[in-house]
Amino acid sequence: MPDATGLELIRQELGDAVLDTVFFRDRATLIVDPPGIRGVLEQLRAQGYSFMASLHGVDYYPQEPRLGVIYELLDMRRVDRITVKLRVHSDAPTVESVTEDWPTANHQEREVYDMFGVLFDGHPDLRRILMPEDYEGHPQRRDFPIGGEPVIFTRDEAKWLEARQ
Amino acid sequence: MSAVETQIDGRETTDELLTLNFGPHHPATHGVLRLLVTLQAEVVRDIKPIIGYVHTGIEKTAEDKSYWKVIPVVERMDYLAYYFNAMAYIGAVETLVGVEVPKRAQYLRVIHLELNRIASHLIWLGTSALDLGAVSIFLYCLREREMILDLFEMSSGARMHTRYFQVGGVIEDIPASFAPKLREFLAIMPQRADEYGAILNSNEIVLARLRGTCPLDAETLLGLGVTGPLLRAAGNPWDLRKAAPYSSYDDFEFKIPVGTVGDNYDRFAVRLAEIYESVRIIEQALDGLPEGAHITEDRKVALPPRHELATSMEALIHHFKLVTEGFRVPPGEVYNAIESPRGELGCYVRSDGSSKPARVHMRDPSFVNLQALAPMSRGSYIADMIATTAMLDPILGGIDR
Repeated sequence: MPDATGLELIRQELGDAVLDTVFFRDRATLIVDPPGIRGVLEQLRAQGYSFMASLHGVDYYPQEPRLGVIYELLDMRRVDRITVKLRVHSDAPTVESVTEDWPTANHQEREVYDMFGVLFDGHPDLRRILMPEDYEGHPQRRDFPIGGEPVIFTRDEAKWLEARQ
Repeated sequence: MSAVETQIDGRETTDELLTLNFGPHHPATHGVLRLLVTLQAEVVRDIKPIIGYVHTGIEKTAEDKSYWKVIPVVERMDYLAYYFNAMAYIGAVETLVGVEVPKRAQYLRVIHLELNRIASHLIWLGTSALDLGAVSIFLYCLREREMILDLFEMSSGARMHTRYFQVGGVIEDIPASFAPKLREFLAIMPQRADEYGAILNSNEIVLARLRGTCPLDAETLLGLGVTGPLLRAAGNPWDLRKAAPYSSYDDFEFKIPVGTVGDNYDRFAVRLAEIYESVRIIEQALDGLPEGAHITEDRKVALPPRHELATSMEALIHHFKLVTEGFRVPPGEVYNAIESPRGELGCYVRSDGSSKPARVHMRDPSFVNLQALAPMSRGSYIADMIATTAMLDPILGGIDR
């Protein structure tokens, strides 16, 4: 991990795209402005963080902007990790897709879309990945109730279809 | 019908494309995986994996449970690597809480993690050999795995999903009879691995299906986020146990097997070689097992010993608080990555200060590695795709979570 000073240096280099930095439990996080995400990731790649270990979503309900997308970058040469985080408002949860630059993001962006409803602009195939295609809602959001999920048996399929119309 | 190249290996073929649903219920998909395969005659032109059939919402369920009750839930994701799931999650929580794990607990964790790695590789070897037409190997592999499960049963009472790892250590020390039994296994396993290697390496059919089929270079694999034996088979010796040691892995001497060309044979050889290295690690951990506590003395996160409950009011209060509410975790976010049998298993935990996690996400290696199936098998025969799926070692419980 870059230390706290190293993190500030990275921030200075990246300029205005970085809104804030967090240094917590020896882990460095850059909080970036959503429109600048691709540029920031490219610049970090040039600095050696060339492996995207993970991309996942998080919900900060009830705060706004509540939906977060987290990019975990790894520098395999120096064995150094850095976290890049952005937050978008739930009214317009659109983030530019990074699948073109980081092919690994393909499935992971689909999962974030599926679970949190974040739209990735420019993603080649933005469909649900884990939930059924006709599912409504984004189940990992914090205000999505746990349990109470109707179980569709074949015997009352007609009833469910009727209720849906 | 769309026009594509009409020659494969110099022979004329049809230019008609056929879409084939491979799975979800097909023994060669290693779980409930559906592959939408586009074929031109027998050649794979494209693969679209369709997943989610065994999605059980484990990440959502975890948000509704106190921290220590999440452990048995996350263990059920990648059901062949349950100790690893627990380790990734517990490592994240321990970082958030800032708890020290005693040395003995770290060594016990290493012993169980590596036993689990061997068990997982044995299942992979057995089922892959089944796909390649070698039926008897599966029975042999399960025989050794049975010995490992017996050991798990001795230390924790359960054979699978053991809930043995706890925040701050392990739930119980190993019984006295564990070490001799483990040594018995460690003496047998390398011999048996030799046998498996000998059987498969002299099997013409297996070799023909593995050698030179579906290679992929390390650069593409890294772009796709692939880690673990698949990446090492392509010659990149990236292993978190060496690169960023956790749980005292830096105390042990072991090698990282790597391949050269990254074809299916290398993937097979790397995993087989890893079994020997795991045996070496366990031997060292068992020989050097330090005396001391098996779980942290911090009563705020770990249950007090049972005998204290009868005499100490404080212990009783701690016990009650831990069992009913659980412990509170300082707010923050942590991503913790470990090396599972299939690659980087990362766990992201966000705490909002309460006794339940606000978000648990598992970066499961199978989920990410599955994206490499299409680039690997494009342009190869459908039979090679079966071998590639087997060598990819996807665990659908981990993919769908």
